[in-house]
This record gives sequence, C-alpha cells and structure tokens, in this order.
Amino acid sequence: MKPNDVILRSVTRVAAVIILTFSIYLFMNGHHHPGGGFIGGLSTASAIVLLYLSFGIEKVRENIRTDFKKLAAIGVLIAIGTGTASVLFGKPFLTQTFGHVDLPIFGDTELASALIFDTGVALAVIGTAVNIILSISEDR
Amino acid sequence: MNNLLITPVVIPLLTGMVLIIFQRNIQLQRVLSLIALIVTSVISVLLMNQIKNDGIQTLQLGGWEAPFGISFVGDMFSALLLLATSIVSIGCLIYAFSSIGRKQEKLYFYPLFLFLITGVNGSFLTGDLFNLYVFFEVFLVASYVLITMGGDKRQLQESLKYIFTNIISSAFFLIGVAYLYSMTGTLNLAHLSIRISEVGQDGLITTVAFLFLIVFALKAGLLLFFWLPGSYSVPPTAIAGIFAALLTKVGIYAMIRMFTLIFYHEPQITHLFIGILAAVTMVLGGIGAIGYWDLRKILTYNVVISVGFIMAGLVSMTPAGMTGSIYYLIHDMLIKALVFLIGGTVIHIAGTSDLKQISGLIRHHPRLGWMFFIAALSMVGIPPLSGFLGKVFITKGTFESGYFWLGGIGLLASLFILYSMIKIFMNAFWGETILSEEEEKGTTKGLLLPIALLTVGSLTLGFGAEGIAGHVAQAAEELLNPSLYISAVFD
Repeated sequence: MKPNDVILRSVTRVAAVIILTFSIYLFMNGHHHPGGGFIGGLSTASAIVLLYLSFGIEKVRENIRTDFKKLAAIGVLIAIGTGTASVLFGKPFLTQTFGHVDLPIFGDTELASALIFDTGVALAVIGTAVNIILSISEDR
Repeated sequence: MNNLLITPVVIPLLTGMVLIIFQRNIQLQRVLSLIALIVTSVISVLLMNQIKNDGIQTLQLGGWEAPFGISFVGDMFSALLLLATSIVSIGCLIYAFSSIGRKQEKLYFYPLFLFLITGVNGSFLTGDLFNLYVFFEVFLVASYVLITMGGDKRQLQESLKYIFTNIISSAFFLIGVAYLYSMTGTLNLAHLSIRISEVGQDGLITTVAFLFLIVFALKAGLLLFFWLPGSYSVPPTAIAGIFAALLTKVGIYAMIRMFTLIFYHEPQITHLFIGILAAVTMVLGGIGAIGYWDLRKILTYNVVISVGFIMAGLVSMTPAGMTGSIYYLIHDMLIKALVFLIGGTVIHIAGTSDLKQISGLIRHHPRLGWMFFIAALSMVGIPPLSGFLGKVFITKGTFESGYFWLGGIGLLASLFILYSMIKIFMNAFWGETILSEEEEKGTTKGLLLPIALLTVGSLTLGFGAEGIAGHVAQAAEELLNPSLYISAVFD
C-alpha cells in the first residue's frame, strides 16, 4: 500500500525539526519550570512516531538504528544509577545535588545531578512510547 | 536513614534492565537473575538482624523528610516477608530453568520475573500509600505478561479475566487513595495513622476503609476470589507457583498493614466484617477443594482457604492471633510454592491434571511423593511441621478475642485441607502404577532440586520455629503498636 501523502511528508520534514527542538527546550527547562525528562521524552517520541507515520517503518529503521526496547532499559539504568550514586556518598537513595559552573558560552550555569536522572527518564519514555507504537503497528 | 532498605527493590530492577539488554544470552540471564535473588535474600537477613537490634528501620528517599517525601519503612513483618519472598522466588526460578522452555526465556521471562519481585518487595517496604499503589502496579503489569506466556487459548481467556479484575480493583484503589487524601491531606502511612487517630475514625473514614477492604480483598482473593482458580491454573508451573506464593500474599500484607496501622479504631465494624468474609472464604474454598477432581483446581482452592485463615488472625487483634498470622503467612508462601511446583511436576509427568487418570506415581518417583506428603501434612498443621504453629496461634487468638465461630471454622477448614490433600496423595501417588517409566510424558530432571529446596525451607521453618520465635513476636508487637511505626518514621 503506497498512499500519496506528499503534504504529510512535506510538513513532517519541517515539523519534526521543530518538535525535536521544542522537546529539547522542554527537557532543559524542566529543573525549575514546567517540563522535564518525561514530557521532553514524550515529545521526542511523538516526533519519531510522526516520522514513522509519514515515511514508513522500514525507511526510518534504516536511518535510526536503535533498538527501542534496549533504549528504554538503558534509560532506566541511568535513572536508577544516579539514584544509587548518592548511596555511595552515604546519602539517602535518590538524593540529588547541584553546583554552579562557569561554562565558556553559557556563562554561569547551574548543573544538577537531576539532569542525568532526567536523561534516563527521557530515554526510558522515548523507548517505551516508540516501542508501544511499533508493537501495535506490527500486529496484523 | 538506612540505604539497605531500598536494595531489595533496586537490585532486581537493575538486574532486570541489564537482562533486557542481553536478551539473547540465556545462560547469562539465568546466572544473573539467580545471583540477584540470592543477594536480595542475604540483604533481607541483614535487615532482619538490624531491625532485631535497633528497631524499625526507615529511609527517606532523596533526603526529603516525612511526610513530604516518600518513606521506606522496614519493620520485622516486612523483613520476614522479604526473606520468604526471596526463598520462594529462588525456588521458582530454579524450577523455571528446566521447565519454562527456550522460547519463553527469549521472550523476557527473566526480566519480567525480576520485575515481579521488584514490585512485591517494594510493596512490603514502602511507607507511602500512593507508592504502595505504584508497586502494586509494577508487579501486576509483570504478572499480566507472565500469565499470558505461552499464549494458548484458555490462557488468554483466563488472563483477560485476571487483567480486568485487577484493573477494576486498581481503579478502586486509586479512588480510595484520593478519598483518603482529600480527608486527611496526607498519604504517608505513619502520618495517616496520626491524623486519623487525632480526628477519630468517623463514618466516612470507615467507609473508605471498606473501599480499601474491597480492593485488597480482590487482590488477595478474600471472598472475591472468582478470578483466582481460573487464572492460577493456566500459566506454566513455575509462574503459577510464584503467583500462588506471592501475589495474594501481597494483598494480605496490604490488608494487615492498613487495618493495623490506619483503620484500627473501629474493629467491631471493620474487623468483624473481615472476619465474616474470612469465614465464608474458608467454607467456599473448602467446598471447592473437596469438590474438584482436577489437581490444579484443588490446589488453587487451597490458596483461597489459606487467605481466609490468615485473615482470621488479623481479626482477633491479639498478640497470639497476630503471631499466628505472621507464622502462617510465611509458612503459606513457602508451602504454596512447593505444592504448586509438585502439582505442576505431577501434571508434567502424567500429562493430565485429572486425578482419576493419575495413579501410583510414588513407585517411580518416591522422592516427589514423600515431599508432597510432607507438604500436605504441613499444610494441615501436623506438629512439628511449619503449619502447626500458625494454626495454634491463630486459633488461640480467635478464641481469646471471643470469635469462637471463626476459630471453629478455621479448624473445620483444616479438615477440608486434609481431605483434599490426602485425596491428591491417595489418587496420584498411591494406588496401582498405571504408567510405566517409558510411558511418562515428561521427566523430573532438574525439577526435584527446587522442590527439595522449598521442602527443606518449610521443614526448617517447622523445626526451627524457636529460632525465629523472637522475630515473629517482635513483628506482632510492632503491628499491634502503631506508635512504634510512627515514631520510627518521624524521628
């Protein structure tokens, strides 16, 4: 089945970039404002699903060679790993810490260990969400 | 602060995630999951010793103080159940090695098994009501997948029933949590206990207590066990064993926790009602157990009887009754896994679960037969086997608190258990040997080791009851004095 979806494809080419940029914004915004790993991951997943819808599963799979099941597992590993790291410092599980660092371009930046945790969450969400859609689409 | 409390949750979870990455390497999966469970059981022993020496252990996750953060609380009751969980899961895991089949092993059996353990351990340790809900969901989701493994028609049919029942009860759970939060403004179990004892348990809160009773009764199979016999008899043996040993027990644990820590002010309403449910459950379970001639059905109805029996100890709210409930709960976890594994092995050998078509297995499988005999006597409560102490204490507790009818029905239920188990023994193991060794449908190769392991565990619990008597007494005391739990969380 090859439907003629020129409009969808043309829009997707632009929209995917916008969605991905916005999801990075959401992700980075999350520490003090609405946003964070979960919502950032979910919007990234939506961009990927949009690509699947408009270009077909095979074509996207050729370009994004990721096993999303493993991606989700790695995400959880990172998230729990940062939680466990605080145990090594004798603090309660999941304790987070932050510090201010002078980065060349960004200036004075607040770096928090919660960012690594959130990265894990984002990866887990992307992996799970895309995996669900793929499983449904394979079911005939 | 005691970071050891989180490890029974984190270790199986992390291992499960690593196993997803190494999905194809079956040997590695087996070894890693076994190591994870052994480490967990060692940790639960360590925890037991710490709690014995220093009282209830707590951990405030992320350093956020209770009641604002999530507390993890390990009292002796949780630690004992953790240890029992680890032993049972090791037994079922080893059984799965040689029975579950390569196809299932590749379909993420081991990670799912570990996630199930994660959820169960988390439910035992969490000190937060919403967190309890989350851990319930964790092990339920894992169990949804495990119950459908293999995917034959009857399995899908029963698992659909199982999933719907659990989704509905989870929805009720959430509604109950919301009601409780709107009335008290907190979800920390210790804080809830303080708030409710301050304002008193009025009619509304008692109603919410009944909502929770329905939820946990559905999960534990207390009266609302219509889903249980079907769904526990369809999955592969190792999975059915772990379900029978753990899943209803988590419901029982939650019920005991809620009705000793939070809703303990109106026992003449709530606890009496639980007592009535328990009595009806025991009678109905007993009728099921003696009525059926299907091996799996008989065993699942025995699960139902024991749920009613354990709740009888809670109803009494006396030290003796509580001690009995704890003893019997631990005993029941071990013994239910054991009889389910033996039952599964019998079906594996004979190729049928109809008792009338099985006979004389003890001739070629003496060890299996005698281990089943020990398990049967232990379930009935013959001293000095492990079921005895629980039965004595529960009966004593119910008589002390004036619930003579409940204690009486409990003893009657023991007769039902005796009849049903001896029926299995006389039909399946005794009698004329109709299958020659060549005609048997399967071998017991690799299956006897986990069964022997659990038998030894059960015997140890029976003969070494003195060794954990102090621990169990402490657990019962902590359950009957909510102030101990509360002060541990808020210090």
